[in-house]
Amino acid sequence: MKRKLEISELIFKVISYTLLTIFAIACLYPFLYTISGSISGYTAVFRSEIVLLPKDIQLEAFSTMLNNNMFWNAYTNTLFLTFYGTIWEVLLSVLGAYALSKKRLLFRKGFNFFLVFTMWFSAGTVPQYLNYLDTQKVFSSVGITDDKWLVVIAMGMAAMNIILLRNSFEGVPSEIEEAAIVDGATEMQVLWRVYLPMSKSILATVSLFFAISRWNGYYWAKTMMRDADEHPLMVYIRRTLDTYQDPEQTAGWNEIYAPDSMIYAMIVVSIIPILIIYPFIQKYFAKGVNAGGVK
Amino acid sequence: MQVSDYLIFDEESGTYIEDPEQVVRDDVEKHHWLNVLRVVLKDWRLYLMLVPMILVFLFWRYFPMYELLGCFKMPDSIKSVAEQDYVGFSHFRTLIFGNANSSISPEFWRAFRNTFLLSFYGLLFGFPTPIIVALFFNEIRSNIARSVLQVATYLPKFMSTVVMTSLVVMLVKGGGQMSGYGILSQMFEAMGAIDHDTAVKGLLHMPEFFRAIYQISGIWEGAGYDSIVFFAAIIAISPTSYEAAQMDGAGKMAQMRYVVLPSILSTIVIMLITRIGSLLSIGYEKVILLYNTDTYQTGEVVSTFAIRYGVNGEGASGSRSPNKGLASAAEMMNNVVGMLLVIGANTVARKASDVSLY
Repeated sequence: MKRKLEISELIFKVISYTLLTIFAIACLYPFLYTISGSISGYTAVFRSEIVLLPKDIQLEAFSTMLNNNMFWNAYTNTLFLTFYGTIWEVLLSVLGAYALSKKRLLFRKGFNFFLVFTMWFSAGTVPQYLNYLDTQKVFSSVGITDDKWLVVIAMGMAAMNIILLRNSFEGVPSEIEEAAIVDGATEMQVLWRVYLPMSKSILATVSLFFAISRWNGYYWAKTMMRDADEHPLMVYIRRTLDTYQDPEQTAGWNEIYAPDSMIYAMIVVSIIPILIIYPFIQKYFAKGVNAGGVK
Repeated sequence: MQVSDYLIFDEESGTYIEDPEQVVRDDVEKHHWLNVLRVVLKDWRLYLMLVPMILVFLFWRYFPMYELLGCFKMPDSIKSVAEQDYVGFSHFRTLIFGNANSSISPEFWRAFRNTFLLSFYGLLFGFPTPIIVALFFNEIRSNIARSVLQVATYLPKFMSTVVMTSLVVMLVKGGGQMSGYGILSQMFEAMGAIDHDTAVKGLLHMPEFFRAIYQISGIWEGAGYDSIVFFAAIIAISPTSYEAAQMDGAGKMAQMRYVVLPSILSTIVIMLITRIGSLLSIGYEKVILLYNTDTYQTGEVVSTFAIRYGVNGEGASGSRSPNKGLASAAEMMNNVVGMLLVIGANTVARKASDVSLY
């Protein structure tokens, strides 16, 4: 009896290890393939000889990429949008969530519904587009002609993240707040000195969610930014992908590296920052998904 | 003489006077609002904090809903939505039943069907996979091995949609003049799953592969990361439960069936309900980045349909082309059904498990 039991467990263990290893390899493989493709020579890529390791190593694709002003421009734009966008969203969300977490707030249910309703129903892309066009007009009329401020201010703000923050603030015992008020703290000081330090980890998670969605933003940035110089990295990557896959654009190509290597190099350079910070932010992500899933 | 609710005939003086009861009621009401005002003024900092967030949501979430009036109006490139002429439900009629002058109705139904199918297959294949992954993770006792596997499987989730779809495009692309075909196209050709012409053309140009590519890339991206929730539920199970089951002679499958499954059932139910709630809100970015004119047949969803006609202005002729109205009407129908699903799912969740999702 005991023997049989161990066998069924052993089999399951072996299956788990095998399948998970295969899955993990499948998750990593495209990245390794991309890196190999970016540093392989023209004929190797052209004849699709790369399977895992690079062949005829060249670094021309990278140096062309890194010497490309458009690319750095796009990178700067993305950093700009991510930085200001995240600050804007976190600031507004923290203030709003703090007010919403207070039981003494009048019409609290109404304000909550106001937020939650946007998670249930969205007007859709066309009305949103018309709305952004109107916003663009209003912004130009007050002298803001850069579309990047439109993207920073008008886009983003997820109700879900505000609710995560609100729930975390609600968990702070009210005695602490009362004690702080007795000591003469103002509302802002209570928020800054009491609530934020006590909700550090959820604040980090929410900021991360905001930052990631800013970094990844593609469609609206592409649609609403009239000037191609303002386009963020994601739009630029997609444009490069389309350009270098078009046979007309790559006619008379040099024979040092293949057009595909250029695309690979761009993907590699754009994910390097993510890969560097990934180990540090991973745990906050895990926390966020648990907090967001079940409340 | 007009007699309002306020005035009653006073027999003593023989004139009409104000109803004292009504005066008191008014007074209470007035003072109620004064009270509200006083509370708000006393606590003005708190309410001020709320203002910026409310304004952002009002301007960029609720004002677009006002633009939805365009569903009932004739689009016009100059007039604002308030000034346009009403056309009643004609956009909806055109979309649902079609009309003689446009072929838009079959396209709408195709998009609606694709939206539903992409979500449904996502539910069918994408939902159970993370649970299975979490069960597998639970078997791995070595902390180092588990961390390595977790780091590897969560990684794709951290890539943006653009990078993820670019990888997909490069892996399954066809051969060009200057480039070889993608490694997956080659592999499938070698395995005999696809013929040479398909490999050269590229899998993303074949309508029959679009759904598979969409789902597999979705699983590749999310299965590891989505397993976190289930894994957290599984490791919360007390080891004594397993020991008790083993004492009773339960094999691995019996332990799964009688120990693990009941313990994570509530998590599964809640996640399932969330999924059903978002059944019709397919992320349009991924579709836009993966589909092309060859794969409209299986790839186009309602949002991309609306973007194509309403934002890009495809098929528009003249400033009074009805396409913008048609596009917003299509999306509104989709979103209203989606909202009903969310509310329904939430109600079920509340009834079934006392856990409300929102």
